[in-house]
Amino acid sequence: MRFMYIVTSSHPPGPPTPELMEAMHKLADREIKAGRMLDNGGLMPLATGAQVRITDGQLSVVDGPFVETKEVIGGYAIFELPGKEEAVASAVEFMQLHKDFMPGWEGTCEVRTFAGP
Amino acid sequence: MTAADPHRAIHRTILAVWRIEQPRLITSLARMLRDVPLAEELTQEALVAALEHWPASGVPEKPGAWLMATAKRRALDHLRRMRMLARKHQIVAWDMEQEQQAMPDLDAALDDNIGDELLRLIFTACHPLLSREARAALALRMICGLTTEEIARAFLVSDAAIAQRIVRAKRTLSESGLAYETPCGEELSERLASVLEVVYLIFNEGYTAARGEDLLRPQLCHEALRMGRVLTSIAPHEPEVHGLLALMELNASRAAARTDQAGEPILLLEQNRARWDQLQIRRGLQALGRARELDGADGFYVLQAAIIACHAQASRAEDTDWSRISGLYGQLAALVRSPVIELNRAVAVGMADGPAAGLAIVDRLVQEPALKTYHLLGSVRGDLLHKLGRYEEARGEWEAAAKLAGNRREQDLLKRRAAEAAVAAMTS
Repeated sequence: MRFMYIVTSSHPPGPPTPELMEAMHKLADREIKAGRMLDNGGLMPLATGAQVRITDGQLSVVDGPFVETKEVIGGYAIFELPGKEEAVASAVEFMQLHKDFMPGWEGTCEVRTFAGP
Repeated sequence: MTAADPHRAIHRTILAVWRIEQPRLITSLARMLRDVPLAEELTQEALVAALEHWPASGVPEKPGAWLMATAKRRALDHLRRMRMLARKHQIVAWDMEQEQQAMPDLDAALDDNIGDELLRLIFTACHPLLSREARAALALRMICGLTTEEIARAFLVSDAAIAQRIVRAKRTLSESGLAYETPCGEELSERLASVLEVVYLIFNEGYTAARGEDLLRPQLCHEALRMGRVLTSIAPHEPEVHGLLALMELNASRAAARTDQAGEPILLLEQNRARWDQLQIRRGLQALGRARELDGADGFYVLQAAIIACHAQASRAEDTDWSRISGLYGQLAALVRSPVIELNRAVAVGMADGPAAGLAIVDRLVQEPALKTYHLLGSVRGDLLHKLGRYEEARGEWEAAAKLAGNRREQDLLKRRAAEAAVAAMTS
């Protein structure tokens, strides 16, 4: 089964600490070599992005930052795993790194199953 | 919900956590003990210990460190018992006690580069001394961390049979003094072929599901793909490793399109290509590209991947480059003399140069002893005859093939085609 991990945080205190970056890099390296992780990436701050919206049938393009946004996506990963238990265990391990190497960070790693294959 | 459910749920969680750690556990222990089968046993014991403790205590914050500490303690106990037996063990035990002083934390654990050890593990599990079935079971157990029950379910045999297969294989390794060794030099490529053969066997067992009700047993495909990806990361200079991964990714990309909603098989040319997994196709083509960069374009797996790539790259069935496929099959047939490959070449030639040309090749295969009970021979021959308007002969081929097919759904498909041919024979 294929899973998408979406990491969000409500008040990112800043970019990840070098320690967290290093730990995440090692974990990603291990997971890629283990054939479990298919893809991953971190995202730049919201201010550098844009949103293309449809509101009341009108299409509009809005540049960041988006003050009203509560949850900011910081990164994602795609895994291929035997089942949801493995996906959750893997997400727990990933979030533990945040707890250890970026104290004060709060956020969510959402684990979602791909529709289809 | 019954009382057993939460219990089972925590067991599944523990197994999932253990599986993340299993490769590092087994490789570390193998290095310390100089014995892969023993390392595997102690890794299992660590799982049993976790199953005993974690339901009450909860999963520890750093489960990897817990499992590693437990496994190392078992290894140390084992070595203390064996201490008097061999000086080698004494030295190893001393090394271990030193290591034991500094218990690994998660960070240090992540630092471990397990590539070489993992390669050794894979070579040991896939030793040519073992039967193909034993190699496959051992690989699923030691490399993928599958339980005996899971392996048994995947291969449709009893738990006891798989358990025995694994025990015997491990004993064979230990008794032959092959419990811990890495091939090098010329032996390496021969041994690598043995590894790739096992991985492909596992993939095919899942992909074609020779027996039983289901056409696909996805877990075997996934585990084989995962092993293929592992191999490309630890043996990145071997073109055939990339070729095999490409072949598996490209074949697996069609999984969703291969059966209809009732689970009936859909032939390649009739599949809805929009359902092919484009991410997987990209990965397969990438791996194929790497194999070619490594000058491996004429390898056994690379050629097969190149053939499948022709299908993957055709957005409509009628766009398929059949003359290129038939050329690639020609190369493959020159590399390996195999009636099955020759049969596939006949299909490609039939598409590229017309059914009569394909039938000429198939007719040469009819006497082939290896294909006497192979249902696809009749299936292909029937197809070519049907295209030539020889419906009555096609019906006969398909009916005979249906009797030989082991998979129920394939049988149904062949019977259906035979019935269609019978109608065509009457109305023509």
